[in-house]
Amino acid sequence: MTEPINQIGTWIDIIGILSSVMLVAALLIWVERRMIGIWQDRLGPNRLGPLGLMQVAADMIKIFFKEDWIPPFADKAVFVLAPMIIMVTILTAFAVVPFAPGIGIIDFNFGLLYFLALSSLSVYSVVLGGYASNNKYALLGAVRAAAQTISYEVFMALSLMGVVMLSGTFNLRDIVEAQRNGWFCLSQFLGLFLFIVAVVAESHRTPFDLPEAEHEIIAGFHIEYSGMKFGMFFIGEYLSVTLSSAMIVTLFFGGWLGPEFLPPLFWFCFKTSIWILFFVLLRASLPRPRYDQLMSFGWKFMLPLALINLLFTGGLVLWMES
Amino acid sequence: MMNSFKLCIDLILSQFQTMGTVLQHTFSKADTVEYPEQQVALFPRYRGRIVLTRDPDGLERCVACNLCAVACPVDCIALQKSEDQEGRWYPEFFRINFSRCIMCGFCEEACPTYAIQLTPDFEMCEYDRQSMVYEKEDLLIDGTGKYHDYNFYRIAGKSIAGKGKGEAENEAPPIDVKTLLP
Repeated sequence: MTEPINQIGTWIDIIGILSSVMLVAALLIWVERRMIGIWQDRLGPNRLGPLGLMQVAADMIKIFFKEDWIPPFADKAVFVLAPMIIMVTILTAFAVVPFAPGIGIIDFNFGLLYFLALSSLSVYSVVLGGYASNNKYALLGAVRAAAQTISYEVFMALSLMGVVMLSGTFNLRDIVEAQRNGWFCLSQFLGLFLFIVAVVAESHRTPFDLPEAEHEIIAGFHIEYSGMKFGMFFIGEYLSVTLSSAMIVTLFFGGWLGPEFLPPLFWFCFKTSIWILFFVLLRASLPRPRYDQLMSFGWKFMLPLALINLLFTGGLVLWMES
Repeated sequence: MMNSFKLCIDLILSQFQTMGTVLQHTFSKADTVEYPEQQVALFPRYRGRIVLTRDPDGLERCVACNLCAVACPVDCIALQKSEDQEGRWYPEFFRINFSRCIMCGFCEEACPTYAIQLTPDFEMCEYDRQSMVYEKEDLLIDGTGKYHDYNFYRIAGKSIAGKGKGEAENEAPPIDVKTLLP
């Protein structure tokens, strides 16, 4: 084994990736509203600028100038800390995403575990935010987030072990290289399905947006948040969607691999955008389950399925080696 | 066990079906009418801004009976009865406070002379609340509205100058009851 961390990104890479990821997350506000509009036979925001693109700027200006209120009954330190956690964890998780050969921040031998660890940490943001708000609905949302975490987190990592077995590494760049002879979405179809369900639950998106659940507990964990703190939760969710899509592409759809006539970075961004649209489609179409349903679905159906997948992949690897 | 497993599979497949249906809507046209640029097609009996109409002779239809004011659930109509030299009743003032009006159309239903009518116009925003109070000269239009031939005084039995008892349409002359005496 070589040295554990190979830094491949310069400062320019870091700043470029950070700013483009933030830009994409901000643009997703507009993309989501437009796409849901189209799928619901509406138009969505189309007034400001070409195709309504300036809506993003307008939303930003609005959210910056809103009163940033901390309720007097809240636990102030934790209340301020909570929205930062989601931003910090998701943005640092982008460090291991292999955008293209030579583009990325670090080349880390345990990149996959790093991603799993940081995306699990991001749930603290929701739980702490709900707890610190000292509000009944916020607490309900936080409790739901905790219940949801223990139901998807188990099979999330297990669903990826098939990929790790086939490629024999935790290094995300090597996993992408291992897909030269066929993307893992074919051989690990079950793993892909399990991972998609897990990341949707992990990023708290519809149909697993139980911690917010506008219709039941109003806004759940961020009910007391306003101004830029709410904005950080909001952007954090979109960052999480972007990260999840990037990981789906890296692990199952061959990352930057693609026909040679276009640069690898293009293929990575293209595939990621398609998966982001898939997340929006999910939101436009699926209803939200009760959280006991989500838990029993996670434990009684998805976990056995992940174990079966693991068993078969392990058998397959052993059979191919012998 | 097998049953619940099958149920789970069916549920998952139905989610995919739902997503497919939603995805098909990518190609269907939006129902949105982009209002200020694109006007809405309203029907003639749309309940919008209220007007007072005139009869075919060009005279006010309103006979100030107050039925509209009574029917109005938000009490936005105020009027005062008066009588001219010909014996016609007419409102001395007629005032509708549109900041209260809910466009329910009860006044139109209550009106015995088709005078008060709702029109297909809803663009009546004002910056000043007082501008929402329409006086009689603001409400009165030159036409007959939705009922072109109706003229209350030509049909009703009330005598006015130039039209005595029994001279209205479909009305027999009054009978002198004393001639029936034996």
